[in-house]
Amino acid sequence: MNSNNLHKKLDSWKKKHSSEISDIKESLFLIKRSPLTTIGLIIILLLVCVAIFAPIIAPYNPLEMHLDNRLSSPSKEHLLGTDELGRDILSRIIYGAGVALKIMLIVLAIDLPLGILLGLIAGYFGGWIDEIIMRMADIFMAFPRLVLAMAIGTALGPSLRNTMIAIALTMWPVYARLARGQTLSIKERTFIEAERALGSSNLKIIIFNILPLCFSTLIVRATLDMGNIIRIAAGMSFLGLGAQPPTPDWGLMISSGRNFLINQWWVPTFPGFAILLTVFAFNLLGDGIRDISDPHLRRGQG
Amino acid sequence: MLKYLMKRLLLFFIVIFGVVTVTFFLSHVIPADPVGAILGENAPQELIEKMERELGLDLPLGQQYSRYLKGIINWDFGISLRTQKMVAEDMRVYFPATLELAIFALIIAIIFGIPIGVISAVKRNQLPDSISRVFSLTGISMPAFWLSLLFILVLYYHLKLIPAGGRLSSGISPPQLVTGLYLIDSLIARDYIIFWDAFHHLIGPGLVLGWIQMAYICRVTRSSMLEVLNEEYIRTARVKGLKEKVVIYRHAFKNALIPVVTMIGISFGYLLEGSVLTETVFGYPGLGRYAVNSFLSLDLNAVIGSVTLIAIAYALSNLIVDLLYAALDPRIKY
Repeated sequence: MNSNNLHKKLDSWKKKHSSEISDIKESLFLIKRSPLTTIGLIIILLLVCVAIFAPIIAPYNPLEMHLDNRLSSPSKEHLLGTDELGRDILSRIIYGAGVALKIMLIVLAIDLPLGILLGLIAGYFGGWIDEIIMRMADIFMAFPRLVLAMAIGTALGPSLRNTMIAIALTMWPVYARLARGQTLSIKERTFIEAERALGSSNLKIIIFNILPLCFSTLIVRATLDMGNIIRIAAGMSFLGLGAQPPTPDWGLMISSGRNFLINQWWVPTFPGFAILLTVFAFNLLGDGIRDISDPHLRRGQG
Repeated sequence: MLKYLMKRLLLFFIVIFGVVTVTFFLSHVIPADPVGAILGENAPQELIEKMERELGLDLPLGQQYSRYLKGIINWDFGISLRTQKMVAEDMRVYFPATLELAIFALIIAIIFGIPIGVISAVKRNQLPDSISRVFSLTGISMPAFWLSLLFILVLYYHLKLIPAGGRLSSGISPPQLVTGLYLIDSLIARDYIIFWDAFHHLIGPGLVLGWIQMAYICRVTRSSMLEVLNEEYIRTARVKGLKEKVVIYRHAFKNALIPVVTMIGISFGYLLEGSVLTETVFGYPGLGRYAVNSFLSLDLNAVIGSVTLIAIAYALSNLIVDLLYAALDPRIKY
């Protein structure tokens, strides 16, 4: 009896969301058809696994120093060699995946809500609120991103947490602008007028009618930015304004390995490959998702 | 058009004003103890007070702000604690170096980016397209500082093709100052040894930045060409029996160029940003490295000066792009 009920519920849920389900199915189909996107997705999934299971995968403790085994070249014991404090580079890179992903997720977790909130308010209410928010966005976008992040990072003091705040502060205008643009076009549609005629409050309309429609555009944009966030964070760490030792951060590893470039090339080189591969994979995925979400391009693929 | 121009110029000044204000907040308001950070925790009280007076940090915030604004309007940022020279003076030396590097990199990016993008679009989904897409995506994903290190390792150390860094070799003195761009100044002075040496030093950082920007230009060219090639008038041109070459270069390419010009302008802004990391690694004495060194040594005046200058240059390149865009595309009316 119980399972029958469940089936019924499931069926009705499927029916109710049939358009979404078919949309997701189609997207998955399109992702599968684009080999580059698939490669990007696979690399990212591997990266996430590596980050989660780092303690199991990593052959050594990333912080454990062996001063008698400094700067040893890649060998069977240390596949990618050891750094200036005798730490296993491979293990540090493996743990670094978690650091990079954490930075990216936290930056987006700050920026998406912040950008959406400001964009919705600006777009929905218009007038002077809109003017103020959008001019603020213009000002923040007038700085080259890395330079602003550096300035904020320096003002707050160098640390991983402040790097995330700094990068987040440089990126919110992108999301605010997008959310505003979406809101402007959605709020003119008839169903919003109908909602208003039915007596819905502004807050209710914003949350239940406009917000869900903004989401997909913003998610696509966020996917495109993921690689960029990781790259900027690595640059900040490289300059000494981000993660501090002994964090196994890729940018920091390159920065401290820089002195050994000529004679122990593996120390700064391998972490750089990790950054390149990760950013590359996110860019592949971002490109693929943008192509899929753009109906213009979607048709063009046929 | 005139109305648009005025509006855009007004926005430019609002943005500059905002930038300057944000910089003020970051340098004067947020840091809890700027002087303590510079002098260290155990500095004697009188030294701290003396420095606070020198930097004007003992005044009320409003007065600090007006003093700060007045300084910027007069392009006077005070003395750099690190170099012990006027910040404006320092920047007059370092900015042309960055400008030269950025232009050099941009030329590399345009020369390679546009043709590769066109070929990629014309041969869509074929081998050349796949190669160029992977190549340009790699460029976009490349951490500039790491690529710079690799170039030093391979091109300098192993192949001996480029010098290790700097702007001129140690035995060579800069050409007589005209524009501040060594390549141009040395040509004016007809000193080809300096020209060659300066060129030699630009190759490394120029290739790093050039490759990364090429990637952006190539992508925009590709997608813009693809869009244009789908247009009706291209089909008409083909139906008319025009040669494919004529269709692509005369009809499609010209129209695809507008977004590319925009991208080139945006690239220039990115170059200012990329120069921060690349100049640091190559030891190239430009504004980017100057900014980094001032940040790391908490040299307040120099930080304010370099951030303001970089932001103005960036905003200016955006302004030029917008105006070019309006001028290039007759369909756009404001």
